[in-house]
Amino acid sequence: MNNDWPLWEVFVRAKHGLSHKHAGSVHAADARMALESARDTYTRRMEGVSLWVVPSAQIVASDPGEAAALFEPAADKVYRHPTFYVIPEHVKNI
Amino acid sequence: MYTTELEDKNKKPAPREVLVAEDPAKLVAFEARVAADEFIEPKDWMPAAYRKTLVRQMSQHAHSEIVGMLPEGNWITRAPSLRRKAVLLAKVQDEGGHGLYLYAAAETLGTSREEMIEALHSGRAKYSTIFNYPTLTWADIGAIGWLVDGAAILNQVPLQRTSYGPYARAMVKICKEESFHQRQGFEIMTVLAGGSPEQRRMAQDALDRWWWPSLMMFGPPDDNSPNTAQSIRWRIKRETNDELRQKFVDVTVPQADAIGLKVPDPKLAWNEARGSYDFGPVDWEEFYAVVRGEGLVAKDRMKARVAAWEDGAWVREAATAHAAKHVVKAAAE
Amino acid sequence: MDRALSDYAMRLGDDSLILGQRLSEWCGHAPMLELDLSLANIGLDLVGQATHFLMLAGDADRLAFHRDVLDFKNCLLVEQPNGDFAQTIARQFLFSNWQELQLRELSGSANETLASIAAKAVKEVSYHARFANEWVVRLGDGTDESRARMVQALEWMWRFGDELFDVDAQLDPLIAERIAVDPRELRAEWEARVTKTLAQATLDVPVPRRGARGGRMGHHSEHLGHLLATMQFLPRAYPGTVW
Repeated sequence: MNNDWPLWEVFVRAKHGLSHKHAGSVHAADARMALESARDTYTRRMEGVSLWVVPSAQIVASDPGEAAALFEPAADKVYRHPTFYVIPEHVKNI
Repeated sequence: MYTTELEDKNKKPAPREVLVAEDPAKLVAFEARVAADEFIEPKDWMPAAYRKTLVRQMSQHAHSEIVGMLPEGNWITRAPSLRRKAVLLAKVQDEGGHGLYLYAAAETLGTSREEMIEALHSGRAKYSTIFNYPTLTWADIGAIGWLVDGAAILNQVPLQRTSYGPYARAMVKICKEESFHQRQGFEIMTVLAGGSPEQRRMAQDALDRWWWPSLMMFGPPDDNSPNTAQSIRWRIKRETNDELRQKFVDVTVPQADAIGLKVPDPKLAWNEARGSYDFGPVDWEEFYAVVRGEGLVAKDRMKARVAAWEDGAWVREAATAHAAKHVVKAAAE
Repeated sequence: MDRALSDYAMRLGDDSLILGQRLSEWCGHAPMLELDLSLANIGLDLVGQATHFLMLAGDADRLAFHRDVLDFKNCLLVEQPNGDFAQTIARQFLFSNWQELQLRELSGSANETLASIAAKAVKEVSYHARFANEWVVRLGDGTDESRARMVQALEWMWRFGDELFDVDAQLDPLIAERIAVDPRELRAEWEARVTKTLAQATLDVPVPRRGARGGRMGHHSEHLGHLLATMQFLPRAYPGTVW
């Protein structure tokens, strides 16, 4: 039987202007406890200015078995990148 | 802190049979990825033996952090200055945090923290033998930081590149946070070694007692370490026990010299040809005895862990019950 | 240094020191790993505050490790044993809600050092109060067992609340100079806060009874002597040494 408090994923914004980044997980019985445990565990060294906690069970992840179908088709779309285009050398600021 | 490989030396490795049962094509692809230093992530295919070895190693590592809180925790209330008290409390808290990171990393493999804790309490799971030695004097807090954390750092640094992604990421965070642990220990030893005759005695006595157990932290000699080869192939381990042990001796002996303490090994001698120290034989009988649970305070350690867990059961249940009521209330509104 | 001011700084510092020492006893023994981290954080905040306040009063380590019971000026509440988790939470709940108000007012003290220590500490303590309030609610409105334990814990701690609001001859002149906070002015707000949380926890306010007091004058419960015996052991056993 599993009596563990549910698992929550913790995301920390390191400083204003940056995105929240996954830092780890905590067990907590409710959302406020999850925030507090995240604060006490993952921001003890001034690592953050903002926290998100998300129940781990709510995260939907892509299947590694489908990675080829999902991500490889992007590989040959070189025209999405600026280096694909030939510009005369004497033309600047483009 | 780090857990050594704790399998009984007489137990022969069995994973070959397990490997045979795996899909050969998947296995080849997996081995190739690992050999190329790619990271394996939770949902990726992995051989059952890899998963099992990882759960064992990571949970042992986590247990070691948690049990490791006890010997040092023994001195938090007696730390001799306000500064030392804050530092020690912060350090032991870090060990708890590291246990937490490691349990979470291990949970990505499908084993709950509660299951791992149950395995620890029932004696099925092991933790580092070093924590079954008692902390008798304040100098032991210095020796643990200096020697035990020093040994742990050598063990842990290579694990930042271990093949399992969540483990590697946890280790990056742990190594960063632990960088102050060894320094605070050495600082304590430095002050004691330069202090009153009683303090000097404490410092030397602590080095005498912690030196050999620290060497044991790297695990049995390579020719007696059943899983080393496979673990290295799988990048679960990156250097052998003996290599790491030698490194530890080489960096630590000059530190002891620097503060005028004597390493308790009559065979210790600088070997010019090897560019390393030769050192005397480790008492592996003692090591295996401690692994079997015969360490002086092994029973006390487990008793304290089990008591904390059992005494806390009503708190965990209360929070769960409160959260459930809250959900019902929210739904009714 | 003005005797009255150093006395006041010791009261503030001793409250934080003794409670920090108590919380540090939990380290490694909490009901859940996450709680180990939270309790240690609160303990660290308190030890830090104690250091600053005691430095204002004199040599902080000398004061922490070389005074005996009669010279400690903390309130009786903070020296009470941890007991079970409910008792620890009850103590924190009553104390942190008071300390937060006290520090908020103290951050406007005419003494700049006190004001700046308080301004930093009040942020720490507002988190302590939040943490304790939430746990009072979880335990009070949790299971039958947790409720019974929470009720019992509050019963035990409640009689130490009155002392937090006492004023004496030492404090009067400092209050007049606007250096010290007049704790009587905090009482109504404290009661409102505590009552609100207890209502959320579906708990009754404990029946008032004769308050236990004496800590500010060095007249403590028996628990403090044992706490000091542990805490002060090394500097006392090896006088004149540096650690």
